[in-house]
Amino acid sequence: MTTSTAPLAGARQGRGIAASTVQERRRSPRDWRGWIFVGPFMAVFALTFLAPVLYSLFLSVFQTKLIGGTQFVGLDNYVQAFTDPKFLEGAGRVTLFLAVQVPVMLTLALAAALAIDSRRLAGASFFRIGLFLPYAVPGVVAVLMWGFIYSPRMGLTGNINDLLGADVLAPFSPPWILVAIGNIVTWEFVGYNMLIFYAALRTIPEELYEAAALDGAGQFRTVRSIKLPALRGAITIATIFSIIGSFQLFNEPNILRSLAPSLISTYYTPNMYAYNLSFLGQQVNYAATIAIVMGVATAVIAYVVQLRGMRREQR
Amino acid sequence: MTTPTLDRLSERSSSWLAPRSSKLLTAAMSLFVIYSLLPLAWLTISSTKTMDSLFGSFGLWFDGPFALFQNIHDTFVYQDGIFLRWFGNTLLYVVLGAGGATALATLAGYGLAKFVFPGKRGVFAVVLGAIAVPGTALAVPTFLMFSQMGLTNTIWSIVIPSLISPFGLYLIWVYAVDSVPTELLEAARVDGAGELRTFFTISLRLLVPGVVTVALFSIVATWNNYFLPLIMLSDPNLFPLTIGLNQWNQQASGIGSEPVFNLVITGSLLTIVPIIIVFLYLQRYWQSGLSAGSVKQ
Repeated sequence: MTTSTAPLAGARQGRGIAASTVQERRRSPRDWRGWIFVGPFMAVFALTFLAPVLYSLFLSVFQTKLIGGTQFVGLDNYVQAFTDPKFLEGAGRVTLFLAVQVPVMLTLALAAALAIDSRRLAGASFFRIGLFLPYAVPGVVAVLMWGFIYSPRMGLTGNINDLLGADVLAPFSPPWILVAIGNIVTWEFVGYNMLIFYAALRTIPEELYEAAALDGAGQFRTVRSIKLPALRGAITIATIFSIIGSFQLFNEPNILRSLAPSLISTYYTPNMYAYNLSFLGQQVNYAATIAIVMGVATAVIAYVVQLRGMRREQR
Repeated sequence: MTTPTLDRLSERSSSWLAPRSSKLLTAAMSLFVIYSLLPLAWLTISSTKTMDSLFGSFGLWFDGPFALFQNIHDTFVYQDGIFLRWFGNTLLYVVLGAGGATALATLAGYGLAKFVFPGKRGVFAVVLGAIAVPGTALAVPTFLMFSQMGLTNTIWSIVIPSLISPFGLYLIWVYAVDSVPTELLEAARVDGAGELRTFFTISLRLLVPGVVTVALFSIVATWNNYFLPLIMLSDPNLFPLTIGLNQWNQQASGIGSEPVFNLVITGSLLTIVPIIIVFLYLQRYWQSGLSAGSVKQ
């Protein structure tokens, strides 16, 4: 389930890390003391990460039938998944979500980080905290809040529609429900991504700006030639986390479902499908298969993003 | 690029030292912040309304009797005060889960940054690969495994999976590489200090901003946790706030429905207040961590 080359490629992205490895090589290579520190983490990790992955791989090659009980079926579950219209519909939906929501959110986050870092903003720290605050709000509360706001009966949506005299805003309608979910996710995570970018901007040495100013570079030139290149690693990481978040989409649609049950099906996203298969349908083996397919798809896309990020860095 | 004259040079560099603030930029960012804070304002205002005035009043202004204290009282006594129980459960999961996750990630990140040991490359590969594996993809298999081990519907089914934060490990590792000088560790070794003692007396202090950051993210993640308790727990007495609030919310629909929207809204407000306080409080440490990071270059 995990790819072994991707993480090492990621490791090389940190500047300081390559240098420290060279430094460490000078010391004796057979030194077990590091395990004092890494051991406890790895023990729990094996129980909570590796064991479930192996267990779900194991589950995914079996099927429980009314006649004959549990049988080894090889890749039958995987074949079923790739021809299952419900799964494909959900996978298509999260892909569409990813293609639209992630660029919008990251562009907003990047613009905000550059604005806060530009030193041309009055009260920059207020903006930083204000934008990040939604991240501290539990996802359930965020969805409940926006769900109420969206509601035509007691929310702001109803107020705005009354004001305009027509049902202009209709978040709970087929064309808009995915946008409504995208808005909640953007609201929750835009500040978090802004902070990742902002932290990376803060590591740019002052001398670089001074040198750029000496060369007569203006604000935009500085952004293009110094800030954006310095942000490459952070952008790659933020993109990977956002992709993971999109593919995992569960909380927001699952909670909104109680407000709009006719618009959000039980297989709206692959994660909701896997959840409903295992808890309502008792189809444990097939649920494990869906989880694995989505995990592999996520890892592959994350790997591709990482490779692209690296290639740009080498240029 | 043209060679700058002396005048332009001094003008440019001074504009970096004390740039004027831009009204346009401030206005644009103000709109952005309003978007961020609007739902929180709505929540705060709505928590002062009774069930009746929630409907049919403008969402962003006060209306009807001021019922905040009545709502808070009702939230705490509704269903024999189960809200307080959920609050305590959430705290317990945060202390054990996020506390444990921070400790394990700090130790391991430090170990990876400052030691060469057999199997290090393998640890890198597996742990950083795990960042790309969706946590929720693991939730269903973890549930199936835990139910065989008899751990479901216990606090351990929430705490144990919360103990691992690959991202936290990554953060500490990146942070420790630069912030703990290898020469300092070598000096301590020459003096004969053991590795654990060196860690607790010297390194940990240098790692504080990184540790606080990881703790902050772990606290938010555990406080926020929804999917894991949703599948692991069936006993309402073990629910964290997130699951409990959603259960109240769902009471509004279905047969024999008993809508308690005012309690859901007030309960939501009470849920976010502590986490926002923690965040704002830790932010001070964290800002120093950020600026330390920028000075270091």
